[in-house]
Amino acid sequence: MCETCGCGDSDLVPVEVHEAILSENERGARHNREHFVEQQVLAINLMGSPGSGKTAVLEATAKAMEGSWRLSAMSGDLATDNDANRLEAAGIPSQSITTGSACHLDAKMVHQGLHQLPWRETDLLFIENVGNLVCPAVYDLGQAFNVVALAVTEGEDKPLKYPVMFRTADLVLLTKVDLLPHLPQIDVATIEDGLARTMPEPNVIHVSAITGEGMDRWIEWLEAKRTAALTEVAAKA
Amino acid sequence: MHEYSIVSALLARVETEARAHGAEIVHRIRVQIGELSGVEPELLESAYELVRERTICEKAELEIVPVEARWACSSCKSTIPKGAVLRCSVCDLPAQLAEGDEILLERVEMEVPDV
Repeated sequence: MCETCGCGDSDLVPVEVHEAILSENERGARHNREHFVEQQVLAINLMGSPGSGKTAVLEATAKAMEGSWRLSAMSGDLATDNDANRLEAAGIPSQSITTGSACHLDAKMVHQGLHQLPWRETDLLFIENVGNLVCPAVYDLGQAFNVVALAVTEGEDKPLKYPVMFRTADLVLLTKVDLLPHLPQIDVATIEDGLARTMPEPNVIHVSAITGEGMDRWIEWLEAKRTAALTEVAAKA
Repeated sequence: MHEYSIVSALLARVETEARAHGAEIVHRIRVQIGELSGVEPELLESAYELVRERTICEKAELEIVPVEARWACSSCKSTIPKGAVLRCSVCDLPAQLAEGDEILLERVEMEVPDV
């Protein structure tokens, strides 16, 4: 009822919406995904805490893949271009996405980043998300796979403390395993047990960017995913 | 904290809905937030309180319906208890999240002028 001017009744209308609040981001992610599939570029959303070794893994990946695949990367960072600069130095054409106060990348930021990057001429695009075990898990970017870097130095209970992040992971890279001899309190089996309780299909590769341990298994995983994606595209054509 | 960007997306969506119905005032919005959605209901509420000023939702009550996480076998559908290994011991298959990842705008109650 209009109480101010007496112009007549107002109706209280309930409208059932039942739509994802982030539907706009989902649309953007779908759009990015279409681009990646069209161009046959395998896009990997790499997430993990600050200091979990995301950039170091990518540097080691560039070294291990030298001469085989063409890589590119974008790095989400609150305030600096440091990660993108490191990746450029490692030979990966990279674009920094400075997020300001935003603690995660979203589909739109990735789309804008794509305009600054020769990603179409590459086979593999790494999207290095902002260092954070919470927010990035909420936003689909259009990636083919989610990979989470988890350092052995982060403690054994991270998977149980951050179930949302690990639930979305297709693969966990357990990083800095070269430090294990110095960490008698860390039991890798406990970390893996936590992953089995948060990831429906736990898939873990132990890696060290310093010694190169496990990098072969990581590269094999990437190659298998890319081959599967190409086969799928060929089957549809 | 990403709850502010969730609230911005929510307000934009509600505004579109209100405009489509010719409404000028929204009285109530109801959302579903899953336990494993990555959104904290309390943070969402405080973000909403700060952001809703001078928007169409200024007077609208936000009702948050929490949804508990429920894991089930992808084949036999039997429930896999929270905290357990996410694999069905009978079928030896991975569990699926049956519900609990919702970030959903369910319903908007708005005042539509009678014409």
